[in-house]
Amino acid sequence: MTATELKDKLQSIRQTLSFEETAEWLTVNVDSAEFHDFALELRDQAELDFDFLFCVTCVDWKTQLSMVYHLRSLDRKHSIVVKCKLDREKPEIQTVSDLWHTAEFHEREAYDLFGVKFTGHPDLRRLFLTDDWVGWPLRKDYDDPVNMIKL
Amino acid sequence: MLEEVGTNTEGDLIINIGPQHPSTHGVLHLVITLHGETVKKVEPHLGYIHRSIEKMCESLSYRQFIYVTSRMDYLSSHINNHACALAVEKGLQVEVPERAQVIRVLLDELTRLASHQLWWGAMAMDVGAITPFFHAFREREMINDIMEETCGARLTMNYMVPGGVMFDLHPNFQRKVKEFVQFFRSKFDEYDELLTGNIIFQERTKGVGAISKEMAISYGCTGPVARAAGVSCDVRKLNPYEVYHKLQFDEVLQTSGDSYARYLVRMGEMKQSLSIIDQLIDNIPEGDFQAKTKAVLKLPKGEFYSMVETARGELGVYIVSEGGMTPYRIKFRSPGFSNLSALDHMARGAKIGDLVAIMGTLDLVIPDIDR
Repeated sequence: MTATELKDKLQSIRQTLSFEETAEWLTVNVDSAEFHDFALELRDQAELDFDFLFCVTCVDWKTQLSMVYHLRSLDRKHSIVVKCKLDREKPEIQTVSDLWHTAEFHEREAYDLFGVKFTGHPDLRRLFLTDDWVGWPLRKDYDDPVNMIKL
Repeated sequence: MLEEVGTNTEGDLIINIGPQHPSTHGVLHLVITLHGETVKKVEPHLGYIHRSIEKMCESLSYRQFIYVTSRMDYLSSHINNHACALAVEKGLQVEVPERAQVIRVLLDELTRLASHQLWWGAMAMDVGAITPFFHAFREREMINDIMEETCGARLTMNYMVPGGVMFDLHPNFQRKVKEFVQFFRSKFDEYDELLTGNIIFQERTKGVGAISKEMAISYGCTGPVARAAGVSCDVRKLNPYEVYHKLQFDEVLQTSGDSYARYLVRMGEMKQSLSIIDQLIDNIPEGDFQAKTKAVLKLPKGEFYSMVETARGELGVYIVSEGGMTPYRIKFRSPGFSNLSALDHMARGAKIGDLVAIMGTLDLVIPDIDR
């Protein structure tokens, strides 16, 4: 499906979505409370068939965090980007590791570096850093006078 | 972080492999739950070589950050650089001269060959055969010499700049590459004799660590790991970059998804890489090796995603730009990270000796996973 067809199709299943069309792929903003249901539709609707979650990441916008999910359909050869805004003080979103196994590791990484809590995640622990590490290093206001080299 | 090693309440043995262990090829730490000799669970503990390259890149310019990525997957360093250059070019909307494109692809394929050769030797050593290692390194040395002459370095090439390559090819390049291709072709039968047809090797890998097509997709596997399970995912075919759309080559696919299938995919890929080099080496167009770009690069506000096929799978570079001289946020979607997440699924039910064969055919490079 082309980006326009995808947009029409998505609008027909959910009216509350907002779209960005400036980037390479169609970008959908979805409310974090509705995200899991929406992700399920993306995966299971035959015309959409997004079976491959290839990138999960988080961006710190200083006032809020934004989760970014890159999805692709291997058979239908279309891609989409789904974004969710999260409260920076209490970032919480439902896990999608039950839909795509790869999310389990990627979400642990986002938790480790940004402090996003994924509710329902089977094993939410720090991935790279030690368990007693304080703070979320990839946030913009993180400061570590000992380990960080500033250029 | 270290788990209590010993037995759990069900009488299963919990042991550590790594972080210092020859078969992990780096500092990977696995905590394994064993029932007798059978693996019940594998839990990777990461971070021993985590340098937070993503954070580092936020304070580096668009020219500088490319070279940090050579230290991610150091066996595909040229291809990593390529992905970054593509993302920056996407933002700048720079047209890369055809000569530069061909040079990039030639070096990509040489890098892929060097990486697969090292994997072949190291993997054979993991399952108990020492000889292949020396054969692999004999050929790999020739590639390293070619790289050294043209790029000035053997491992971290740092030959890529946004808009092309840093300098022109060395005058010896074509001759030496042709010599290498001819030499490697003549030795390829040795590879098959030593390992592919070896009954002990087949026993060690056939049916070991199998993953189904559905699970490979769900775990986000890419590269030879996914293609061994029948997932068509070669970025060079699906989303061609540079001159790949003009080239004749096959995507090597297998269906069984086990360690032996992964082995065969990589062996097939080496032959495909040789054929790509054959097609290009006599057809390097004349012209500039670099497009003209400004001294200080500024990407427009927005998001740019580029992907390439490294020796291990799909590498994605996601740049979020706020219009400044440095990226606002950068994310590397590394192939090894997703492939490693499937290790637990593959190894469950296998014997502990098979775990080494599975890890060997996953072709893990730890700095790529930790970043």
